Amino acid sequence: MESTLGLLALSPPGWGGTLLVALWASIRIAVGAFGIGLVIGLAGAYGKIYGGPILRDCLGVYTTMVRALPELILILLLYFGLTDLMNRALLVMGYERIQISGVVAGIIVLGVVQGAYATEILRGAILAVPAGQIEAAKAMGMPARKVASRITLPTMLGLALPGLSNLWLIATKDTALMAIVGFNELTLATRQAASTTKAFFTFFIAAGLIYLVITLISTWGFARLERWARRGDPPRQAGGR
Amino acid sequence: MKALLQPHRIVMLLIAAGLVMWICLAGRWDWLWEPKYQTLILQGVWRTIWLLALSVLIGFALAVPLGLAQASGPWYLAVPARVFCTVIRGTPLLLQVWLLYYGLGSLFPGIPWIRESDLWPILRQAWPYALLALSLSYAGYEGEVMRGAFASVPRGQIEAARAMGMPRHKILTRISFPQALQSVLPTLGGETVLQLKATPLVATITVLEIYAASSRVRQDLLITYEPLFFVAAVYLALAGVIVLGFAWLESRRPRRTA
Repeated sequence: MESTLGLLALSPPGWGGTLLVALWASIRIAVGAFGIGLVIGLAGAYGKIYGGPILRDCLGVYTTMVRALPELILILLLYFGLTDLMNRALLVMGYERIQISGVVAGIIVLGVVQGAYATEILRGAILAVPAGQIEAAKAMGMPARKVASRITLPTMLGLALPGLSNLWLIATKDTALMAIVGFNELTLATRQAASTTKAFFTFFIAAGLIYLVITLISTWGFARLERWARRGDPPRQAGGR
Repeated sequence: MKALLQPHRIVMLLIAAGLVMWICLAGRWDWLWEPKYQTLILQGVWRTIWLLALSVLIGFALAVPLGLAQASGPWYLAVPARVFCTVIRGTPLLLQVWLLYYGLGSLFPGIPWIRESDLWPILRQAWPYALLALSLSYAGYEGEVMRGAFASVPRGQIEAARAMGMPRHKILTRISFPQALQSVLPTLGGETVLQLKATPLVATITVLEIYAASSRVRQDLLITYEPLFFVAAVYLALAGVIVLGFAWLESRRPRRTA
């Protein structure tokens, strides 16, 4: 065991540096995808609640399809499909075809997947905001945007955070799927390091610990965030169920 | 039916039908009629189904004691169960699959009594590791669900059963477990669909399930989209069957009549 632990050293005979670079790529993809997912989710949630029938049905098709298909197949379809479509569009407009970098493709593809789940989470949270508050704000003549930023969003944040926390954890773990399209993130780098050195347990357990630490820190962070977001909530009644 | 007959929905259905028609007509589907790929696909679907079914059964059988230990067990059972669930839920399934396959797979050949045992021809294949990884993953997620379910059985019922002198295992089989199971059935249905969506990951360790079969077609014929659309349709159909199956199970729940 002594000899294989040395393989985790940061300098070149060890693979620690490679793993950290790959971890950084994983984190960038997770953060980017989660961010895009939140933007799509917020737009989608408002669209599903306040949009017209056509918009609502289109969003329904989007969220249902994304949630029913395996992420792996969605990633492959979007990865090939989006780059293909973009290049065709660029060729038609008279530009050169471009190669999308792995990080950007990963962020966009996982962002589209995350957006579907975020839409449902945020829609539920927005619907749970007491209607009376929104009606009161409207009766006071608040414009729609101010109702959103002052009333709806702050109130629903506490309700949405548990779901969003789960979604963020899914985002960090789904970055591992980018390994299958050959993108060098933490899981793929771990496999390369492990198969080169034959120290399978050392590397896979080390990578597992890294993911676990990310999970535990995020859980703690989101719990604090939720406490902060709920600071204005009325105290819950004791003993109720 | 009336909901589908609004004008914009008819247009959307027509567009969807047109898209499907276009995919069917413009795509290359001749491989679906080749016996070689037909057997590959049928075997793949069958492998996906039994991997899913077995891993759900084994995983659930493990999840019940995991949930019970966390909900009402002594600390020396509750803490390990909790750690197991956290580790499984906190690491990517792909990493777990690779750890078991490459890690155990590289360890076993070095142990003489395993190599000489009758199990060795099985352990040399990939599917036992795939099944193990999928089962442990399901157990980890469901252990957490079962913990909540066991904790939500009303205390008064268990106290009443105890006051009537029921032994502990009878309280479990007659009171806690049936009620916990009923309350988690909808969640289990959703989790089983998630488990279905996780099965293609085992294709990365050479288990030839339906997704691996489609990648084989893609590599052989150098086509990108058609096999992906095909497996997407297969997964949609399987997910539909799971949802319907759990809806039927839920509808069998005995109803209170008085």
